Formats: sequence, structure tokens, C-alpha cells
Amino acid sequence: MHAQVNRSASDIALLEGLARNEKDAIEKIYRDHYHMILHMIMINNGNPDDAADVFQEGMIVLFEKSKSKDFELNCQLKTYLYSVCRRLWLKKLNQQQRFGRQTDDLEQIAPVEEDIEVHEKRQQEFNIMENALQKIGEPCKSLLEAYYLQKKHMQQIAEEFSYTNADNAKTQKYKCLVRLKKLFFAQYKNTP
Amino acid sequence: MEDTLLIDAAERYIKGEMSPEEMTYFEEIRKNNAELDQSVVEHIFFLNELEKFSEGKKFRHQLHETAAKLSDEGLISKSKIEGKAKLVYFWNRYKRTVAVAASIAGLVSILSASIISSLSSNKESNIQPLVKQINEQDAKYRKLEKQIGQIKSATIETDAAAAKQRVESKFQATGFLIDVTNNYIVTNAHVLKEARNKLIIENNKGEQFLTQSVYVNTENDLAILKVIDADFKKLPPLPFSIKKSNADLGEQVFMLGFPKEEIVYGEGYISAQNGYKMDTIYCQLNTSANEGNSGSPVINKQGELVGVISSKESNAQGVVFAIKTSHIFRAIEEVKKQPGNNLIKVNSKPTLKGNDRVSQIKKLQDYVFMIKGN
Repeated sequence: MHAQVNRSASDIALLEGLARNEKDAIEKIYRDHYHMILHMIMINNGNPDDAADVFQEGMIVLFEKSKSKDFELNCQLKTYLYSVCRRLWLKKLNQQQRFGRQTDDLEQIAPVEEDIEVHEKRQQEFNIMENALQKIGEPCKSLLEAYYLQKKHMQQIAEEFSYTNADNAKTQKYKCLVRLKKLFFAQYKNTP
Repeated sequence: MEDTLLIDAAERYIKGEMSPEEMTYFEEIRKNNAELDQSVVEHIFFLNELEKFSEGKKFRHQLHETAAKLSDEGLISKSKIEGKAKLVYFWNRYKRTVAVAASIAGLVSILSASIISSLSSNKESNIQPLVKQINEQDAKYRKLEKQIGQIKSATIETDAAAAKQRVESKFQATGFLIDVTNNYIVTNAHVLKEARNKLIIENNKGEQFLTQSVYVNTENDLAILKVIDADFKKLPPLPFSIKKSNADLGEQVFMLGFPKEEIVYGEGYISAQNGYKMDTIYCQLNTSANEGNSGSPVINKQGELVGVISSKESNAQGVVFAIKTSHIFRAIEEVKKQPGNNLIKVNSKPTLKGNDRVSQIKKLQDYVFMIKGN
């Protein structure tokens, strides 16, 4: 089941800001809701560090949600974030026990299970890509990051990496990309 | 079309940089060449992944910056202490409260399963009884305190038991051989979570052998390891076979595992065909299992493997979940596809049937190992 959020104008504006990676939106959500999550975690065997981690992960879930095509929330952003963080924290508590899954003694408010599953899949893909980028080594890593992450132009990249011209840089980029792709799929196809 | 050209075309295609004629041409050749179309589809998928990664990375970066800023402002309070200081912090913080016990249990299980096993060595335990023991039994409380003290003064991973090991282990679990020719071991995926550097198996004699994981599936919680240590001596064919169908309800089973530093035998029966919340990956056993039992083989009277211990319900006594063997077969098929691991094969010569339990265990125990790592 997908949780949906009410069309509260300020919530929608915040989520749109989040989708555009706006600093102010992130900060506002922190200011409005951090204490609520901190409290929830402190009364459930956690410490401030746990709260900081869980909140960040909850924000990533919210970001992914705001980016998704079928994005809609019909509970308040606050409720949604709370439910997500609560679920994430429970999972963490269970993992720390390492043996066993405990039944859900803390009730959930919004149905977020599916969103968290999507998030876990995404996180896995994220990690695979990150690993693959680590493995290809330099200069490939920086070259690809410059082009695909920082969206720099080939001409600029050629200058920064001291290639004689943009075409040379481009050829090098292809080679690197092919290697990255191989590494990525080698891992990706082995994960469920 | 050459590979680089193809990549270039695919990139311009998704960016919408193609002229209408070029796009028509590109779509035409994709239609007529299934193989080429496949690699275009794959590449587009890959580029999307890269784009998602890029966005995610930027967001995480922004998030960290914001968190750092708010942390400076004092909105986010972080203990800001890492490593052993963190331990002291935890310890001081929880010392007096009743909730201590749970967090110590958690803490301890992160640091070293061996503390837990030493605490629970003479009593059947799970997380809950452990809590009680700490509060009620002063002696044990002191013992724990002493061990925490040791941890404080030593590095995180070190404790009395682990210090003796050649590999200082952060965790302990169980695994068992399924291929004696190429030496593949089955265990739980969750066991490997904390294995960042070394992953070893240890036999009942305390000999350690280096392994590496070749398959990790968090969905069904199975992992397959390969022993890569030249010192590992080949064992005779497996004395047990792996049952292809599900275990029968009520079937008597036993298991061998390493909840402590020596092999431990346990008995039980299949109490349900499905796991927690009707999870079909697992079957349910009625038995007792402790930390370290993860990855233990579950064997029936006929000497067939019917499951792999994975977890237990912490709210109920004696409810233990084991992964059904069908998933082992599937995992093996997956491993087979990997170059270099294509020879994996279950080679068993079942000799347990009809034997009494004691001789069954004697034959089996050499195939069950402690899984350790750091």
C-alpha cells in the first residue's frame, strides 16, 4: 500500500523543494521534525547518534518519494516522516539483535512498508554503483564523475584532465564507462 | 555499429539531442536488430541508474551539509565520540537504568558474540532471559562489567576470547559444507553483515580457514562461501543429502551449531510450514536456538538436510525459523552461473539413515563450522 500525503500547500512546496535538492527545504524539514524523531528514538533504546542516522535515512526515503512519478501523499508530511523513521529504527533494532525478527510492538501510523522496500532496493543499487565507481580507479572515476555527476562539458574536462582535446577525453570517457557498466552489471545481476 | 558509437547514440537519444531524421533512423535499426536493441535498452537502463546515483549522491551531500550546519547550531546533538569512547558513553549512560540490559545485549552482540555465549553458557537463553540474568545475578553482572572494562581498555574488536584467535572476530555464527570437492559452505546472509575484511571458518579443533563469499541473498537470507585456504583438507562426501521437498509437519529434526566456542547439539520438530507472518521462504521449528546458531543445518531422522536456521521470534519461546532447502538449490544454480564457480555441486553419499543419533552426530560434526570474521 502506498502512503499518500494530504495536499497541505506547505507540505507540497517542501516536497517539491526536496525533489529539486533545495537546501532550504531540507533545513526546514529538519527544524520542524527533528525533535520528534529524536524523542521517538530516545524512548526506544536509541541515542542521539542513532537519531541523526535514522533521520537522514528517512530524509532519503522522502527524497526518493518526492522524485517518484506516482508521488502522492495523503497523510501529513510529518506523519509520513514519523512512520518511515519509526519503521527504519525498528529494523535497525532488529538487525542489532542480529538473531531474530521481533514482532512489531510499536504500531505504525502510515503504511510505509512498500516505500521502505523501494528505498532498500534503491540503496542497494546506489551501493553497487558506488562500489563500481570505486573499483574502476583513477582517472576513470574522476572523469566519469565530472561528466555524469557534475555535468561538466567535455571541453572543460579535457582541460582539467589535460587531454589534448575534447575528442580524446570523450574516447577515454567511453572506455571508462564501458568498464563501469561491466562492473555494475556484474554486481547488479547477482543481487535479487 | 561499434560500441562507442552505440553508447554515444543512446546517450543523445535519451537526452533528446537527436534530429528527427536521426531518431527515425535510430529507431528503425533498433527495430530490425534485436541484439542491438537489447544493448541499447541495457545502456539506457544503465544511464538511468547512473543518473539516479548522481541525484542521490547530490542529495546525500546536501543532507550532510545541512546536518553539519544544524549540528553546529546545536539542533542536532551528536555525541561526537567514536570508537571506544562511544562504548564508555553508552556504558555510563545506561548503567543505572533497567533498559540497560537490552542495550548492553545489543551492544555486546555487535561487539562480540562470544561475550554473550560466555554469559549464557550454562543457561538456555535468548535476549529476554539475558536481561533478567544481568539484573538478578550479581555475579554475572560483575562479569559483564569486567568484560566491558576490558573492552574499554582494549580496541573495540578485542575481547578475551577473540584475542586468542588468529582472526579477531566481530561475530560468530554457523555454516556447513555442501560441496566437498570445491569446498562451498552455506550460511545466512545476515551473518556476513559485519564481515568487512576477513571471513573465516573454524572447525571444532579451532583451526581457521580463510573463505570468501560467492553469493549473498538478503531476501532469503542465504549466503554461500568458498574456502580459499590451501590448508583446508578435503573431507569425504557429505554424509547427508539435501531434501528436495519441504519438511513434513511434525517431523523430528536436530541441528548442530556454534552458539558457543564448541559445537552444540539441539533437537526439535517442524511446527509450521511457513515462517513469521506466513513467510514462505521459511518453515517454523519448535526448538531452542541462540545467537550463533544462525546458519546451522537442520537435519531429519533420515539424515536429510531440511533447513538452515535463520532467526527466532523474540516474543515467543522456542519459535525458530529455518530457510527451506529449495532456496539452497536455487542459490547453487545462481552460483553456477558465475565464472570460476561453475563447478559447484552437492556431492553427498548419505550414510546417516538408520544410524543412532550419536553416530549421526559424529559423522556430521566435521562438516559444520563456526563462521567468524571482522
